[in-house]
Amino acid sequence: MPTALLADSAWTDATIKLGNSFGAIAGFLGILLVVFFAAGRASGRLSRPLAIGIFLGPAVLLLIVGLVAPLVRTVYLSFYNDDSTRFLGGKNYGWALTTDSIHTVLLNTLLWLVIAPLAATGLGLVLALLVERMRRQALYKSLIFMPMAVSLVGASIIWKFVYEARDSSQQQIGLLSQLAISLGWEHPPNWILSQPLNNFLLMAVMVWVQTGFAMVVLSAAIKAIPDEVTEAARLDGARGLQLFWYVTVPMIRTTLVVVLTTVMITTLKAFDIVRTMTGGNFGTQVLANEMYSQSFVQFNVGRGSALAVILFLAVLPLVAYNIVQLRKERETR
Amino acid sequence: MTQKSRPVLLRRRLLAVPAVLALALTAACSNSSSKDGGGASSAAALTGDCAKYQPYAGHAGTKVTMYASILSPESDSLEKSWAEFSSCTGIKISYEGSNDFESQLQVRVTGGNAPDFAIIPQPGLLAQMVKTGKVVKPPAGTVANEDKWSPVWKTYGSVNGTFYAAPMSANMKSLVWYSPKYFKQAGYEVPKTWADLMALSDKIAKAGGGKPWCGGIGSGTATGWPATDWLEEVVLGSYGGEVYDQWVGHQVKFSDPKITTAMQTVAGWMQNPAWVNGGIGDVKSIATTTFQDAGAPILTNKCWLLQQASFYRAQWAKGTKIAADGDIFAFHLPAVNPSVPNPVEGGGEFLAAFSDRPEVQAVQNYLSSSEWAGSRVKVSGGWVSANQGVDKSLYTDPIDKLSAEALTDPAATFRFDGSDLMPAAVGSGQEWKSLTAWFAEGQAIPKVAADIDAAWPQ
Repeated sequence: MPTALLADSAWTDATIKLGNSFGAIAGFLGILLVVFFAAGRASGRLSRPLAIGIFLGPAVLLLIVGLVAPLVRTVYLSFYNDDSTRFLGGKNYGWALTTDSIHTVLLNTLLWLVIAPLAATGLGLVLALLVERMRRQALYKSLIFMPMAVSLVGASIIWKFVYEARDSSQQQIGLLSQLAISLGWEHPPNWILSQPLNNFLLMAVMVWVQTGFAMVVLSAAIKAIPDEVTEAARLDGARGLQLFWYVTVPMIRTTLVVVLTTVMITTLKAFDIVRTMTGGNFGTQVLANEMYSQSFVQFNVGRGSALAVILFLAVLPLVAYNIVQLRKERETR
Repeated sequence: MTQKSRPVLLRRRLLAVPAVLALALTAACSNSSSKDGGGASSAAALTGDCAKYQPYAGHAGTKVTMYASILSPESDSLEKSWAEFSSCTGIKISYEGSNDFESQLQVRVTGGNAPDFAIIPQPGLLAQMVKTGKVVKPPAGTVANEDKWSPVWKTYGSVNGTFYAAPMSANMKSLVWYSPKYFKQAGYEVPKTWADLMALSDKIAKAGGGKPWCGGIGSGTATGWPATDWLEEVVLGSYGGEVYDQWVGHQVKFSDPKITTAMQTVAGWMQNPAWVNGGIGDVKSIATTTFQDAGAPILTNKCWLLQQASFYRAQWAKGTKIAADGDIFAFHLPAVNPSVPNPVEGGGEFLAAFSDRPEVQAVQNYLSSSEWAGSRVKVSGGWVSANQGVDKSLYTDPIDKLSAEALTDPAATFRFDGSDLMPAAVGSGQEWKSLTAWFAEGQAIPKVAADIDAAWPQ
């Protein structure tokens, strides 16, 4: 009897919730129709500003609510103590720039920022050139692109299995250890624990995921190089590497920069890999993950916000450079 | 202009449809919610099986919401335990479990969307919630029920001396898992004192058939917590409750000789290369092994002992017989210093209310009663109450029975998990990190202690 009662009430509950959602959606659509209708009827001097306001307004409003306001608030909070009750001035920034463990974090972030995007872009470029000459291009491309479809957390879990280490007297679970043993290395290390190697092993996950993206974009750019240009270079006697350095690379330079900066921004924001694989232990912590754990695990909102501001300042020039490059590319076309 | 007017009219008609629909739907919804579960017998006498719920009657047709970190299937047992109460009194308890409870609760409470109840597993988080000013003090009935728990529990449900949340359940951490089957084969006996335990470990190590201890402190983003438990066990078992309380309150620092000595004891036990990490690897492998995987080698006799809480019971493979004469069982971890009476370290869950509506208080009173605790015990195993009023013969699982006896023993020195009591910056931040580094990188004890002390909020 009680279970039947429970099930029954669960159904009515679900129906009410569904009804509420439909009601809300219908109401929202109704309001939108009224607004558009009003805008459509407006004429004369008022029509143009009204139209601009209606089309741009929601976007600007959402941008202010979702991006600008939180940004201002984060900056504000970064000057306060852990539960935002006492003004601290620049103490949080002082802590971020002088603490040993945060030094490691900043250094690791810098390493990530330089190595992971360069490796992903470089590998993507090499693969793009190699695949170019193969038959069944599409198949290889999709295979390489496939990791892009896996979330970073998913990819980290896959690679965590690869790096799993067991004492060499035991049966191995990890692919890497087994490979090392098969190649004659008697006692392979515990990969995830080996500093500073573990940082690079973590970056490998990012490279694995991002290489496909770099390859596809760069391959498209290479295809867009006019045949006459390559032909002319050939006639002038350029071969192999020369052709690559003096024709291909300059022709796709802007695309290269865009790919590189895009991967860099992803890298700066990435905390999922570190969070999933080491939780920031063993000297692998990066800025984005430290920011998260300061604010949401240790409830020190002030320090977390200060780290967020530092991260924001680091991303800013990259985004700006990216936009400038995209503009340039558009002009040349 | 005339040409334009027709489409406008048409549009106007079209637009009327969704608007009316929306109105009708919202009207329909607001009505139906008050209708469901309505009983005609509000405040009337309850009869038959329902008679025992008379003190909670008079709120038929009401609904309270509850939010916690307990997920299905455990949460199903909870819902089953109060199903009869719900159907008799007509108070519907709408339960919601979340993986992300700890951070989401904060968001919901400060965002003005607090549930009526939250089941909070850490006194530290309770203090955090009380700080928001939204936690409501419990009614007199709940306060009276609280007397069935040993007095120390009341302090864990209190913040700054004010009692806020009654404990619901308890778990025992001071257990060592072992295999009675292999113990019998090898002729080993369950040790009664710390010295016996250490002697046994040495004996097993010298016998060569697998290492005595296994261990793992990996736990995703919470990596390091099992190591905090080991240290807490040793501190409590070496110096007793008073020093433990001072340590948790930071009057005794991590760098205090008492605590660094305890750390040395832990190092001699769980960082002894000859003793760990059976079936997995060297000392460092403790840092990368998840606590869930750590105990598995006991079943294949590659290691012999694992210090883990009562809830570790759920980690054994299906078909493993958990009993005093089975494949796996547990014994009470002895005190390091024999003069400390029966130290028990444990955890628990507390019921905090964010509303004082009469039906919420009725549920709060019921869930703090020993009747409810008994009803929950009957539903399924893996759940223990430290409420003295619960009939011990109700426990069917041997581990539950063992834990319940230790937790309700009036002579025991019970203390709550220390890292759950310390501020989050230490208890779930620096202490986890530093102890992990201690195991993984072999950092020196003075550095580990100094790092943790430095993270203590000023």
